[in-house]
Amino acid sequence: MRRFLRLLAIVLHSTLTAAPLAAGELAVRIGYLQWHPDPGPVLSNVLPEPKDAGQRGAELAIRDNATTGRFLGHHYALITRVAGSEPALLEAFDQLRRDGLDLFVVNVPAATLDALMQHAGGQALVFNAGARDDRLRRRDCDSHLLHTLPSYAMLTDALGQWLNWRRWRRVFLVTGPTPADQAWASAFRRSAARFGLTLVEDKPWTFNADLRRTAARELPLFTQARDYDAVVVADVRGDFGEYVPFNTWLPRPVLGTQGMRPVAWHRVVESWGAAQLQNRFRQLAGRDMTAEDYAAWAAVRSLGTAVTQAGTADMERLRATLFDDEFQLAAFKGRKLTYRPWNGQLRQPIPLVHPRGLVAQAPFEGFLHPRTDLDTLGFDEPESQCRIHG
Amino acid sequence: MTPCLRHTALATLLTLAHPAQAGLAYVSNEKDNTLSVIDTDSMTVVDTVPVGQRPRGILLSKDHTRLYICASDDDTVQVMDLASRRIIDTLPSGEDPEQFALHPNNRHLYISNEDDAIVTVVDVQTKAVLAQIEVGVEPEGMAVSPDGRWAVNTTETTSMLHWINTETFEIEKNIVVGQRPRHIEFSQDSRFAWASSEIGGTVHVIDVERLEPIRELTFKVPGVNPDRIQPVGIALTSDGRYAFIALGPANHIAVVDAHTYEVLDYLLVGRRVWQLDLDRDETYLYATNGVSGDVSVIDVDRLEVVKSIKVGRYPWGVVVDPSS
Repeated sequence: MRRFLRLLAIVLHSTLTAAPLAAGELAVRIGYLQWHPDPGPVLSNVLPEPKDAGQRGAELAIRDNATTGRFLGHHYALITRVAGSEPALLEAFDQLRRDGLDLFVVNVPAATLDALMQHAGGQALVFNAGARDDRLRRRDCDSHLLHTLPSYAMLTDALGQWLNWRRWRRVFLVTGPTPADQAWASAFRRSAARFGLTLVEDKPWTFNADLRRTAARELPLFTQARDYDAVVVADVRGDFGEYVPFNTWLPRPVLGTQGMRPVAWHRVVESWGAAQLQNRFRQLAGRDMTAEDYAAWAAVRSLGTAVTQAGTADMERLRATLFDDEFQLAAFKGRKLTYRPWNGQLRQPIPLVHPRGLVAQAPFEGFLHPRTDLDTLGFDEPESQCRIHG
Repeated sequence: MTPCLRHTALATLLTLAHPAQAGLAYVSNEKDNTLSVIDTDSMTVVDTVPVGQRPRGILLSKDHTRLYICASDDDTVQVMDLASRRIIDTLPSGEDPEQFALHPNNRHLYISNEDDAIVTVVDVQTKAVLAQIEVGVEPEGMAVSPDGRWAVNTTETTSMLHWINTETFEIEKNIVVGQRPRHIEFSQDSRFAWASSEIGGTVHVIDVERLEPIRELTFKVPGVNPDRIQPVGIALTSDGRYAFIALGPANHIAVVDAHTYEVLDYLLVGRRVWQLDLDRDETYLYATNGVSGDVSVIDVDRLEVVKSIKVGRYPWGVVVDPSS
């Protein structure tokens, strides 16, 4: 009952934000927008991804913000729009902007994000919590676009560092057919060069057979090579990759998008108070927290932290606060997180996980960087063409 | 009789036989669901006692006869009789209790309910819940001023210190500090409160009369990445000379001059140093090292680590019994 009353209180808070505010009080409205195209049929359809991945993370964060805001007279509201197509999503964005919103968390593919930033025209602060594409951090940046989801390069650098650290340096790479698979694989090839790995094979996956029946026959033949230390799989949507572990020609570990994976977040992360975040999320959503949930949570919490620090909901002042040296996000990864001023990417450690356990967390000791070792993951300032702040 | 029970009985006998000589320290082992009992004379573990699930915060009753244990995953506070080392009672604690503090009246126990954004106040005699106070997200550190006037709670995700009036159970003041405040400790005279912020990497010193921060301490350990300097546990000597600050994954304890706020030294201890406690005459400081699974003992006069004592997995809290 008490929990229900508190929930009610939060809902009331949100609806009351339209009412006039007392002096010193602040209304902070954040839009959450989501659209993803149907990924198509996949072979490995046993454990589907939750449809509301991302959305529930934003909902948890707005509650965290509201609890904090209660003591400061800051009232938070999340306005959620889940669209069925790209045009519908852009229309929802325009409508929310007409309603006066200028703070957004967006969980859409990169192309949709490009279109959305065109619509925004620098008049909205947008957090990307849905697109991992490297080009958004390396070339196609926007002064008002920040990223809480790690890029492909950050994920594959985490994997590359780990392989180097374990001295498992000869890698057999298998890449799926989709553009996302190709993007992941190019990120990994870059990581391999950075961390001294050798690709003994770099093979595209071209099979159409139903691997649930034939994985044990097809994959050993496919992964034949003289020798390698590990098989790395690039299968972003999870089509064939789940059938690679234990079916390789040589008895070797499988990593990448399946097997041991570099992720932004996973249910097995429990250190540094993460157990509390996982519990709160499970209570709210009735399922485990995904990387998309975490990215949306981190975006809404970044805004909440900036509002607390700056005492304003003004978009430009919040943007300045987020890039300020004093800004730090406490986000259950064992250290403070900050935004890269050149491309707006949230710096963060990357957990390496298997389905029921945490293996390690990048960056690893010994990979040095003059600024922060977190910048050994992803596109560093000299490698990025972007200069969106200072 | 199982070997474990025999061991317990033997240790109890020894304790009873030499009450004045055997100083004891208690350590909660978060991932072993046990309590390690350390003989502070020999600096060895003399007993390991099974307790509730995920034990974290521990504290002594004011008469030193009982130990209160936050069994976080059992959603309860256990009461251990120290003479028999048996759990004799449980208290209604609210969900996921993590840290707590006992009012000088020896009755009102203030408990942080981490998952519920609430501080629960329980009367340990009647077991009645006197109040549930809504605080920020993830309440963690808890302290009651020695003069009994204030109960202070730190909330990790809200990054605030909530000052609760112990007569009305109402929050009277909220102070925003560094990110993820973990622990708060009052000076003996109740004039100052020291609050650590794990992610912020800072310690705020609060003037209790004015309820204003008067100092913000930062730390710099040579050769340690600044991100890894994460202040958690605090211990203050009663003469107001030193403040000891556990720096978490920096694996060091900072020694601070409590008058000038100057950092005097950094002492290398075990991995992820967490909570601290001083023994009765403040000769030795005990520090739990979560990741390395041991307790470091520091000679306060010489400011040197003199011993590491292996305990259970993920030691969390430590208290030294001043009467033993």
